[in-house]
Amino acid sequence: MEPETLRLILAVLTIDPAGIGGLWLRARAGPERQRLLEALPLLPLPLPLQRLASNITDEALYGGLDSAATLRAGRPVMRQGLLNRAAVLVLPMAERCAPDLSARLAQALDARHHAIVALDEAADEGEGLPQKLADRLGLFLDLDSLRLPDRLPLPDADEILAARVLLPTVRVPHDAVAEVVRACADLMILSTRAPILTLAAARALAALAGRTVVERTDLMAAAALTLAHRAAPLGDPPDSDAPPQPDTPPPEDRPDDGDSRDPDTELPQGDIMVDAVRAALPDQILRDLAEGRAQRQARGASGSGAARTGNRRGRPLPSRRGLPKSGSRIDLIATLRAAAPWQTLRRIAAPDRAGQALLVDPSDLHMKRAKILSDRVLVFAVDASGSAAVARLAEAKGAVEQLLARAYSRRDHVALLTFRGQAAELLLPPTRSLVMTKARLRGVPGGGATPLAGGLRLALDTALRARARGMTPTIALLTDGRGNVALDGSADRAQSDIETTQMARAIRATGCTALVIDTAQRPQPRLAELARNMGARYLALPRIGGGRLAAALGASLDPVSVR
Amino acid sequence: MTARPVEQASQLRAMPETMLETAPQPQPRPAPAPRRAPFPFSAIVGQEDMKLALILTAVDPAIGGVLVFGDRGTGKSTAVRALAALLPEIDAVEGCPVNSARPDQCPDWAGITATTIIRKPTPVVDLPLGVSEDRVTGALDIERAIARGEKAFEPGLLARANRGYLYIDEVNLLEDHIVDLLLDVAQSGENVVERDGLSIRHAARFVLVGSGNPEEGDLRPQLLDRFGLSVDVTSPRDIDTRVEVIRRRDAYDTDPDPFLARWQPEDAALRDRIITARAALPGIVTPGTALHDCAALCIALGSDGLRGELTLLRTARALAATEGAPSVARSHLKRVAALALGHRLRRDPLDEAGSGARVARMLAETLP
Repeated sequence: MEPETLRLILAVLTIDPAGIGGLWLRARAGPERQRLLEALPLLPLPLPLQRLASNITDEALYGGLDSAATLRAGRPVMRQGLLNRAAVLVLPMAERCAPDLSARLAQALDARHHAIVALDEAADEGEGLPQKLADRLGLFLDLDSLRLPDRLPLPDADEILAARVLLPTVRVPHDAVAEVVRACADLMILSTRAPILTLAAARALAALAGRTVVERTDLMAAAALTLAHRAAPLGDPPDSDAPPQPDTPPPEDRPDDGDSRDPDTELPQGDIMVDAVRAALPDQILRDLAEGRAQRQARGASGSGAARTGNRRGRPLPSRRGLPKSGSRIDLIATLRAAAPWQTLRRIAAPDRAGQALLVDPSDLHMKRAKILSDRVLVFAVDASGSAAVARLAEAKGAVEQLLARAYSRRDHVALLTFRGQAAELLLPPTRSLVMTKARLRGVPGGGATPLAGGLRLALDTALRARARGMTPTIALLTDGRGNVALDGSADRAQSDIETTQMARAIRATGCTALVIDTAQRPQPRLAELARNMGARYLALPRIGGGRLAAALGASLDPVSVR
Repeated sequence: MTARPVEQASQLRAMPETMLETAPQPQPRPAPAPRRAPFPFSAIVGQEDMKLALILTAVDPAIGGVLVFGDRGTGKSTAVRALAALLPEIDAVEGCPVNSARPDQCPDWAGITATTIIRKPTPVVDLPLGVSEDRVTGALDIERAIARGEKAFEPGLLARANRGYLYIDEVNLLEDHIVDLLLDVAQSGENVVERDGLSIRHAARFVLVGSGNPEEGDLRPQLLDRFGLSVDVTSPRDIDTRVEVIRRRDAYDTDPDPFLARWQPEDAALRDRIITARAALPGIVTPGTALHDCAALCIALGSDGLRGELTLLRTARALAATEGAPSVARSHLKRVAALALGHRLRRDPLDEAGSGARVARMLAETLP
């Protein structure tokens, strides 16, 4: 990374933090990041820095009744929330930021009083800053792929202050907006926030250079800072040893001779700006980001499903000492019991409270707790066609039975559907009845064609219906993978393949956990591909008994159940 | 009189950016910029369906709410907040916590003795995520309970939203128990609180406006069906439109006053249209053919229950009133069919075009 880029990022953040939204800092915890974070308080920011905890409560965010002070004072004392005060918020572990917290922070950002420095420590694939925040933070910096210069190029305080004074007067030429929007379109950036953030950055950069009109250099630098990480990956990688230098060939900036020039003629062509953006990040990073984005979307979907699993009030747990916060209820009996032994002592210690019948201190408060069990439902989609030879079907049945037993002990729900001949059939809607499932399973006949797409559609349907009831569905598909009947029941292999892929993608889009168990004699590459399309785990089974099948299944399901 | 602290406490949750006067002040705080006037409704580029849906519920609140689902950064929240500034003022009894129109409608627990009628803006209440049940329904007034040992009711957000709008951003992320509660109240038009030894009821008629991003989670079908209208918004794909969006937003962000002044006449004209349409609404004639069309369309689409038909008809009437037409014509039905029915269809995972396209297809077939 050029020290200059880093300097510009820090300068824009410092000049107008609320306007630019903040900085998405992708970095593992380490000395490099530490150096940068330690530099933050040195920046002449117009707002105070405030660190957020990733498990911050609504009371802390929005303020609320201060229980301790209220009880002490005998009248309600409100505590101020973090969001009541304009600040630059530092969000650690941003990649684990829960959807509800990111939604609250996003709402706060929209009011334009706050900025966020999001510390994204994404280590695994599929982790990353929630889209909602990524969309609103103007700047991006990836520390994992670069080394910080030995001396951090901190912007000069006087320069910053001068720029901040100038900022409200900075004008954006009429055509600049169109150029920025066109560049976003070329880069496949759909959000309308992106160009707004680019303009905010361009304004700050112009102010930093002491200008009151945004010029092409400002726009290009701003685009590189704010758009590069949002861009879709390139179709074909550019020549890496010929880095495009977009701002060298066109007319070099003449010494500023003020109003004599029409600023509109100075604006870059849209594609030059796109080049500037593309040059700002190595291709590989664009690719990684785009992939991460896709994975994150899938994960987001499953996360929302799982968040809905707390559909039961749950088994009550012993109440716990704590202060009231939203969603919690005071356990009156436990609180009184905790307060009781201290009454005599407190009366002696606080004679001024003698008028009160009961001396309750904040530390006595106990909160009710309940254990919310997530109900999981296993949707078995079993291929009972002729191609899934009769022996294999028996093995599959054996495996399902074993899994049923496990599911029963875990109190999971089970649904069973088979597909053969013309269509799929739901033999058993989600149930906990082991006996019924076993009876139905034993009665499954085999033979006929393979309506794989129909089986997937029914599995998806069942899973979605279960999810709507607050359960977390997992789809287990047992097949040998030769779908040859289309959804309309016609024997059309090509159509069946297309529909199977469509259904698999639909399943992935819902974020359901899924497993594809290949029951063919030899592993089928097409099933591995199907699993990829479904976002599912693929298990190719050698000729083994139902017991080992179940063991393999159980092993791959269990990490899921722990989550 | 508890009106002031009540108001303060409610705002505390509803508007995070609102400054609060709180008792202990450990550190000096820099004051953020004052709260800006919302973006003008008329200045929103495109998104005609969303704007129409909001205007129609303003004409006839009985349509029953709007759900706005769509991409990030498409102006969902902007439009709803803009609506607040646009709506005509209401007459309400001074100091009444539920905005009653007449003194005899004030709930007795509020102890309102004033009979003065004042004009106030149509309430638009934000329901923040993570709001507690107490805050929504109202609960025991802690101040009076602690300080004076009195059992009094502190009204919640539902009381404030009466006769106005209740806006839920990220409605799909709202906790289930709050959703259930809102459904109950939205349907009955009455908030009943039976807890902490209180037994309180008050009117809570409001238009529910929800917005959200479907990527972050779906809405339960039960809740979907309760919204009268639904709109899917997408980012504009056309460059010129996008340029105009950014220009206006940029003008608003950098120099709001001239921008607001420029759009004020158009907002005022729209407000007048809404007022005129409200007056015209009772006189709108509904011919038998329109009823027949509604039924035929709903049967063709296989929408569950009769709520779809009723909403479709109501919405078409509101549209006729807005356009100054004397009666509901087929063109009105066609314009609002996707809004009123799109979210009531069974989802088809293979249909990537979405339910709007299905409604359009059926419209072409059944109502040529």
